Amino acid sequence: MTKRFALGIFDDEDVLMHAIENVRAAGVKIHEVFTPFPIHGIDDALGIERSRLPIAAFFYGMCGLAFALWMQIYMLGFDWPMIIGGKPHIALPAFIPVSFELTVFFTCHGMVITFYTISKLYPRWRTPVLDVRSTDDKFVMAIELNENSDLNGLSKLLRENGASEVNEKEMTKN
Amino acid sequence: MQHVSPVREPLVTGGKSYHDVTQDVCRQVEAAPNVRWMAALSVALFFLGIFLYSVYRTLWYGIGEWGLNKTVGWAWDITNFVWWVGIGHAGTLISAVLLLFRQKWRSSINRAAEAMTIFAVICAAMFPVLHMGRPWLAFYVFPLQNTLGSLWANFNSPLLWDVFAISTYFTVSLVFWYTGLVPDFATIRDRAKGPIAKVAYSLLSMGWTGSAKHWSRYETVSLILAGVSTPLVLSVHTIVSMDFATSVVPGWHTTIFPPYFVAGAIFSGFAMVLTLMLITRVVFKLEDYITMEHIALMNKIMMITGSIVGVAYITEFFIAWYSQVEFEQYAFINRATGPYWWAYASMMTCNVITPQLVWIRKVRYSIPLTFILSIIVNIGMWFERFVIIVTSLHRDYLPSSWVMFSPSIIDIGIYVGTLGLFFTLFLLFAKFFPVINMAEVKTVLKYTVDNGPTYTGHDPHHDLIHKPTTHGVPATAPVNYNKHD
Repeated sequence: MTKRFALGIFDDEDVLMHAIENVRAAGVKIHEVFTPFPIHGIDDALGIERSRLPIAAFFYGMCGLAFALWMQIYMLGFDWPMIIGGKPHIALPAFIPVSFELTVFFTCHGMVITFYTISKLYPRWRTPVLDVRSTDDKFVMAIELNENSDLNGLSKLLRENGASEVNEKEMTKN
Repeated sequence: MQHVSPVREPLVTGGKSYHDVTQDVCRQVEAAPNVRWMAALSVALFFLGIFLYSVYRTLWYGIGEWGLNKTVGWAWDITNFVWWVGIGHAGTLISAVLLLFRQKWRSSINRAAEAMTIFAVICAAMFPVLHMGRPWLAFYVFPLQNTLGSLWANFNSPLLWDVFAISTYFTVSLVFWYTGLVPDFATIRDRAKGPIAKVAYSLLSMGWTGSAKHWSRYETVSLILAGVSTPLVLSVHTIVSMDFATSVVPGWHTTIFPPYFVAGAIFSGFAMVLTLMLITRVVFKLEDYITMEHIALMNKIMMITGSIVGVAYITEFFIAWYSQVEFEQYAFINRATGPYWWAYASMMTCNVITPQLVWIRKVRYSIPLTFILSIIVNIGMWFERFVIIVTSLHRDYLPSSWVMFSPSIIDIGIYVGTLGLFFTLFLLFAKFFPVINMAEVKTVLKYTVDNGPTYTGHDPHHDLIHKPTTHGVPATAPVNYNKHD
């Protein structure tokens, strides 16, 4: 499926931030904004919801803690009890280090796997981008076009708000 | 958002624009390898060869190839293990702890420091694995039922805690480092000319496009990874110190070990970061990013942690006397005045006295002196571990088993060999990966320019002032975007 986009290219993130507010206020839907680095407050300006990854991370951490405790208590307390240094079979203070490490292990890897999965980031042979300069020094605002779009009006709006160029680009999404 | 005082030194000098950052960092990735790099790699590969030969001898003929004996059953291997793990900790400290404390100066050194962490942990892991003698049975350390029946691993053993700590530390550091690399790989991919580079960096960059939504999640992930890495790095060296502290050997059985080891780890790690950075900034012409200010700040951290280590040495002596335990007292007197007095004296000189020179401003801001100091600290920290391990073991409870330890040529070969392994990995990293986190440096560029007005952040009481050299387009109006801060 091929989609057409109008790309507003900005040189400065503060100009971009201002433009986002004005473009949205003008009733134009912004498809996506591509920037070379994270910009503080851009999620609010674009209306991106706060990520729920911290909640997921907490959940993974609790799973790790539960798994670690179950593993140690089951193995040394029930499946094959051993007397080690005269300590009780279930010596909880001695289980703290492994429980902590597994909590961190599960938190980190669970969250990172979730991050890559929901962001659809995986190794690809080639990565088509709308404007290659958006990973270098340009801030690119992409607005999806359809048959009724007024490209001239859009171009004027973007330029009035500080875009240094406005381009049109087609992108095939598979 | 943070307010930056105009009296602060700039984090990046030379009035760089966003594009300059990309150019400066990508230059060495895109250029053909230069002669100096090839020469350095050849030396590193030579030492890697020594490592492989020593490993072959160890595995083929057994642990008898090492200088260990009945009394001193742990010597260079565990010394090197603790030394390497300690070096690794500075990387996590810079990437995680300084991120939580909002220390923006970390952004130009965190990438290389994290790489150092990963390579140092790889080197560290070699020693316990080789000391197993039969590393193909290394899976026995994991809680898998062995072939003889339903016998599980012993979760009361600090050595098993170490297995969990080091594997968690290694994988978490790797993931943290890689996630940070993804946006920079995308930058290199979008600039790549050759077909191989295009495909390689496209695979590495995981399809990163820099969309605002991805950045928002990326920031969340970085913050949480930093949050979990901070206690992790403290726990790892705490557990390493428990390998000793939970035993009943005089000189090891000390409650001060965890904080003392963590401080020592940061101390040696910062020394190694300085050694590497001082070379990297010159070889890759990154003096504008890794400035004298960075060097001075790292020197200060080295001096503080060195002082903590010094206090710990003295405390150990005090506690040995105060405990009134004869064996404990002898272990410490023997450490300072016994046959290994020279190792103890080297440790004290290198770790306690030399870092105090950093109080002098001229030393802090001198590249040659800092370089020498960082090497001295690393030597001192190696001696610290050697002193703790060997002097505590070599005279045990039975005077008839008192011995001296001397390393075999294979011991030495494995140690210098891991230096070869480390530098091989680091040189490959420095050539093919961006050594500076471009995306993060670009975020600090604007309010740290030295030839333009200081950027005041999104403060509604200030007008947004723009640096003319970097950005041609002025903002139409001062705006406060950050509704939540």
